[in-house]
Amino acid sequence: MSPLLHVDNISKRFGGFVALDGVTLEVAPGERLGLIGPNGSGKSTFVNCISGTLQNEVGSVRFDNQVMDGLAAHQRTHRGLARSFQLPRPFHSMTLADNLRIPLLYTVHARQGALRTTAELETRCHELLDMVGLLAKAKQMPRDLTQVEMRKLELARAMAAEPKLLIADEAMAGLSHSEVEDILTLLFQLNERGIGIILIEHIMSAVMKFSQRLAVLVSGKKIADGKPEEVVRNPEVVRAYIGE
Amino acid sequence: MDISFDLLINAIVAGLLLGGFYAAVTAGISISFGMLDIVNIAHPGFVILGSYLAYYINIHFGLDPILVSILMLPVFYALGCLIYQVYHLSFEKRGQDALRGLAFFFGLLFVTEVSLILVFGVDYRYVEASYIGPSLHIGFVDLPLRMLVPCIAALILFAAIELFITRTFIGRAIMAVSQDQLALQLQAADPIKIKRIAFGLSIAVAAVAGALLIIIQPVEPSVGREYIGRVFAICVLGGLGSMPGTLIAAMLLGVVESLTATFYGPSWAPAVAFGFLLLTLAFRPAGLLGR
Amino acid sequence: MTRVNTANFSLIMVAIGVVITLIAHAIGVDYLYFASYTILQFIVLATAWNILGGYCGYVNFGSAAFFALGAYSSVFIHKVFPLPVPLLIVIGAIVSGVVGLGMGYLTLRLRGSFFAIATLALAVVLQTLVVNWDFVGGSRGAYIIRPEYLEVGSFKIPYIEYLFILMLALAIIALVTARTIERSQLGFGFATIRDDELAAEACGVPTLKLKLIATALSGAFMGMAGAPFPYYIGYLQPQSAFGLEYAVNSIAMPMIGGTTSWVGPLVGAVLLGTAQQYATVTISSAVNLLIVGLMLVAFVIIAPNGLVGLVQERLRRKRS
Repeated sequence: MSPLLHVDNISKRFGGFVALDGVTLEVAPGERLGLIGPNGSGKSTFVNCISGTLQNEVGSVRFDNQVMDGLAAHQRTHRGLARSFQLPRPFHSMTLADNLRIPLLYTVHARQGALRTTAELETRCHELLDMVGLLAKAKQMPRDLTQVEMRKLELARAMAAEPKLLIADEAMAGLSHSEVEDILTLLFQLNERGIGIILIEHIMSAVMKFSQRLAVLVSGKKIADGKPEEVVRNPEVVRAYIGE
Repeated sequence: MDISFDLLINAIVAGLLLGGFYAAVTAGISISFGMLDIVNIAHPGFVILGSYLAYYINIHFGLDPILVSILMLPVFYALGCLIYQVYHLSFEKRGQDALRGLAFFFGLLFVTEVSLILVFGVDYRYVEASYIGPSLHIGFVDLPLRMLVPCIAALILFAAIELFITRTFIGRAIMAVSQDQLALQLQAADPIKIKRIAFGLSIAVAAVAGALLIIIQPVEPSVGREYIGRVFAICVLGGLGSMPGTLIAAMLLGVVESLTATFYGPSWAPAVAFGFLLLTLAFRPAGLLGR
Repeated sequence: MTRVNTANFSLIMVAIGVVITLIAHAIGVDYLYFASYTILQFIVLATAWNILGGYCGYVNFGSAAFFALGAYSSVFIHKVFPLPVPLLIVIGAIVSGVVGLGMGYLTLRLRGSFFAIATLALAVVLQTLVVNWDFVGGSRGAYIIRPEYLEVGSFKIPYIEYLFILMLALAIIALVTARTIERSQLGFGFATIRDDELAAEACGVPTLKLKLIATALSGAFMGMAGAPFPYYIGYLQPQSAFGLEYAVNSIAMPMIGGTTSWVGPLVGAVLLGTAQQYATVTISSAVNLLIVGLMLVAFVIIAPNGLVGLVQERLRRKRS
């Protein structure tokens, strides 16, 4: 089976600073991949290059057997590649329900071509909000949310785009133990439906529990890629985390 | 068209002199836009304000305009700090969208221009100084002193800013704040204070540029708006925040404008900058030496 | 607030328009037509500006350029082959819309601030072009002889009343368009661009395409407002077509009125426009502009959501 996502030797520089240096990575359809690395290792740049927010200078990104290079972010979302932002970026002038309507209107509709009625849209929005436990706040504005709730909204919005691959960028940072469990359960549920997930996290317990495969980025290079139990025992990985 | 060699060389020389001056005008924007990411489109308004102040003091007290500009430095620096405070409290702090900040500066530009019209009227104003009039002649090349002196002053100013940014602590703090505000805070420097100093500096530089401007050409209130296109064209072409790039781009623009004015007529000059801007944005948005 | 659908809203607006026309006709004072025309023109300009500025968050400082493009298209065509004014309005829309599109395509792919700066530069450049173009009068200006009456068969009204009715129709079209956009999927997409463009892209919103639509629409309406202007004013000079008052008012009126809905530009245009008509006659026009500029700065700092925003705040506080 051909990989769902095939990142081939991508590099990205900002002026003199090399953020990504020849990173190659594959994700199979429906796979759960964990991606870890110290701060500044290039994880966010990696996500940005795959999702189209930034364009890599070298190498190529293939998703679902299509070349993504040169495509804008919204086009990649249409093709089934969704991401949540590390720092939540809600649409602050709209209610929570409306925040979710955007990907429904602009991605799901664009794909299927068949428009749902307003009532169907509203039902779907409520469904999604319910999944992340925000249904009660459907008519409220993002500024009334706690940090944690904003994270959940961020995730719900990415899910609303009905992706084939979801990149969850540090969605759990700062959450309590039970909240982390909630998010994990949610992600497992999504995965059961066949959605591939790249989990970028610092919370090792969650990463180990969730990932079928684990990759490690350090200073823009991938230094490990394999079974989670083996990767965490890799001396280079240990060194990167404990430091020199 | 029979292009006289004399005319061509003189046009190029005039363009280079003009370019030196343009670099000084743009230096302020390099700081506020290139480093602080503040789109201060009112900058040319402050340049013209500087011109008029130089004019007023020159006419009433007979002081040399360049001297006046040095005296104006602290005044305009304080003004710049004040404006930054208002800007910071009203917009940066509140996290407002860029629209409000832009409208604020546009309002300032507008108010400045209309106030000048009310106080001084729309007639052209010019200053009197001993070096306005005579020219230096090197072979067939004419170097009008009214352009040479400001150009030299502008280049000195430009070099001073470059040294300040790269060699002094505050200067390097300004560069740091443009790249990583958090890191700066961790080093116990107050980024807001640094930004305020930088913005004050950019306005002070604008005033000096204004005094130089009125030596080169007569000034009337709407001249400021012509400079917006020029200044941003130079910034973009030179690559944001790159001082050497700004200088090269300014010279280039000066020369092309001068050639256009000489061979096609001076009324076409304002369009040149915009043409530059469009071409750069279309083909090489990072600029000549851009990052 | 009850939801009035677009068709009903349009009918209501047309009805109001007809009533206004009849009342004006009954009063029949020429000065009223002249003054009202200016205010209606500002309603169109403010609404047009707001489509790109208020809804999408992209500032256009060169409204005068698009307005003047419409005006000078009319002058150009008038000298070649005079056409009826409604047709000129359509042509003005196309010319300004296309220029807006072109400029947008070059600058909208980059930072938002570049677009704003480019619009400022555009105004200067277009003015330079026009000043150097003798066919449309150059700096000397162009005369357009306004006929005294519009005669269609046995129907005869003063020409200024005809222009007034045209501008009223234009204002109604602009307001209906703005409101329709606001409540449509398009307007929704515009709001995401304003709120967070990066997130919008990630959600599948084709931001460049939407921005280009907004720019073209905004430019087109401004061109439409400008097209009848040479007939209104009789003698068109670059200084008046590219005048300062268009640049500042197109921004001040929506920002003072309120940028998040179609009501804001209307409120801002009517209030500021009327005040300026009064001020220009009693004080000088320069002082008048100064006051507008100061009000813009004050409102932007103190009441960022404009008058409409203040009213909405009041209502919300009363409710809770």
